[in-house]
Amino acid sequence: MPVVLDADRMARSLARIAHEILERNRGIEELALVGIRTRGVPLARRIAKSLLDISHHEIPTGALDITLYRDDLSSHTLGPQPLVRKTEIPFSIDGKLILLVDDVLYTGRTIRAALDALIDFGRPKAIQLVVLVDRGHRELPIKADYVGKNIPTASTQNVQVHLMEIDGRDEVEVLP
Amino acid sequence: MKKDLLGISDLTADDIYRVLETADAMREVGQRPIKKVPTLRGKTVVNLFYEPSTRTRTSFEIAEKRLSADTLNVAVAASSVLKGETLVDTAMNIEAMSPDMIVLRHSSSGACHMLSRICKSRIINAGDGMHEHPTQALLDAFTIREHKKDIAGLKIAIVGDLLHSRVLRSNALLLTKLGANLWVCGPPTLVPPGIECLGVHVTTSIDEAVQDADVIMMLRIQQERMQGAFFPSLREYFNVFGMTTDRVKLAKPDVIIMHPGPMNRGVEIASDVADGPYSVILEQVANGVAVRMAVLYLLAGGVEDEAAA
Repeated sequence: MPVVLDADRMARSLARIAHEILERNRGIEELALVGIRTRGVPLARRIAKSLLDISHHEIPTGALDITLYRDDLSSHTLGPQPLVRKTEIPFSIDGKLILLVDDVLYTGRTIRAALDALIDFGRPKAIQLVVLVDRGHRELPIKADYVGKNIPTASTQNVQVHLMEIDGRDEVEVLP
Repeated sequence: MKKDLLGISDLTADDIYRVLETADAMREVGQRPIKKVPTLRGKTVVNLFYEPSTRTRTSFEIAEKRLSADTLNVAVAASSVLKGETLVDTAMNIEAMSPDMIVLRHSSSGACHMLSRICKSRIINAGDGMHEHPTQALLDAFTIREHKKDIAGLKIAIVGDLLHSRVLRSNALLLTKLGANLWVCGPPTLVPPGIECLGVHVTTSIDEAVQDADVIMMLRIQQERMQGAFFPSLREYFNVFGMTTDRVKLAKPDVIIMHPGPMNRGVEIASDVADGPYSVILEQVANGVAVRMAVLYLLAGGVEDEAAA
């Protein structure tokens, strides 16, 4: 079963997450979404759209590139450096409740880097984590607040998220 | 990228675009409240400058610090160089303390290539004699792309002391690689023989060079490298080759005027042009930091030919 989440169920998961976000957080004015590049960014935009539809509030949305904060840069002694892309957070995160969005939660190292990066932009009131897929195998004490789908995997497997905005289709696959 | 950045001649068009795109992301770091990322934490970078420099040295140092590298500047005027130590000996001694990168400026062409052969550290050329100044050419290309999007097809005029200019050589290599239509202009005594083989148009008429140009780049008259009379007087030079508002009018209405600095106002460029609306000279300086951050970041990674081996 390579396809574990199709377009329809992905849309419903994201809509459910939007409702959970509203249920859990009273002050919608202080919410802001930050997607982690690459695929966290379109996911954050979709959640912002859902939140707009439900609550008629426009939630500010930004994009975060964590490459400069990776903990494995100096161990990349073979092979070229990963591509650095732009971080675009066009609002102050001070005092905001930041919803950090990524596609897959795995070791937790990306989220660790993202937390460091976010803190360099200011002092948010709180940070909550949204992921489309939690595949387990954490290497750091990090836990998601909102999960689209938990998918138990072996660490040898490869979880691939495809999104319409980038890949032309909505689908999550588990490859051996 | 290779192990070192010795010159534009070693870079492919893809390498150049990679530096420019990385620089675009790096610039954002300089606009944050905390202008620092932990990327080069624990890396040591030595800035070894054998020639005077304000812009390049400051720019490299700011770039290194924004990436959290440990930097140190060897002030040659207060070093063992004065006691007669050779470049190779100085470099080997610095190398013995195992830095990760050495940024070198030297008055001899090829100095960086020599260090590249003997040092394990990554070498970045910050200007070697009359040969190359690759980070300057990269920041110039970055600045041009900001204003003109695509470099291919632009008419770019480079005017001034072509003979002594490493900025010219690096820019000519880079801009022709990216498909620009490049014109170079200077007094016949300051046009190096064989310059046409870089794929540029050569003229001694500044009006012809700047006619309908998209970009005009002025080069400094490098009196410190001149041993002899290349032109009768600075005043005459300005009259024949200086950039004045009247000459700017020959170019396209959206022309940008560039200068790598330091400027000789009233020699190669009139003050009202240097400070005028077409001038992007200070943008070049600002962009230099982002471009140097990109170079430092990309060189800190692995080497492609090693990875393939």
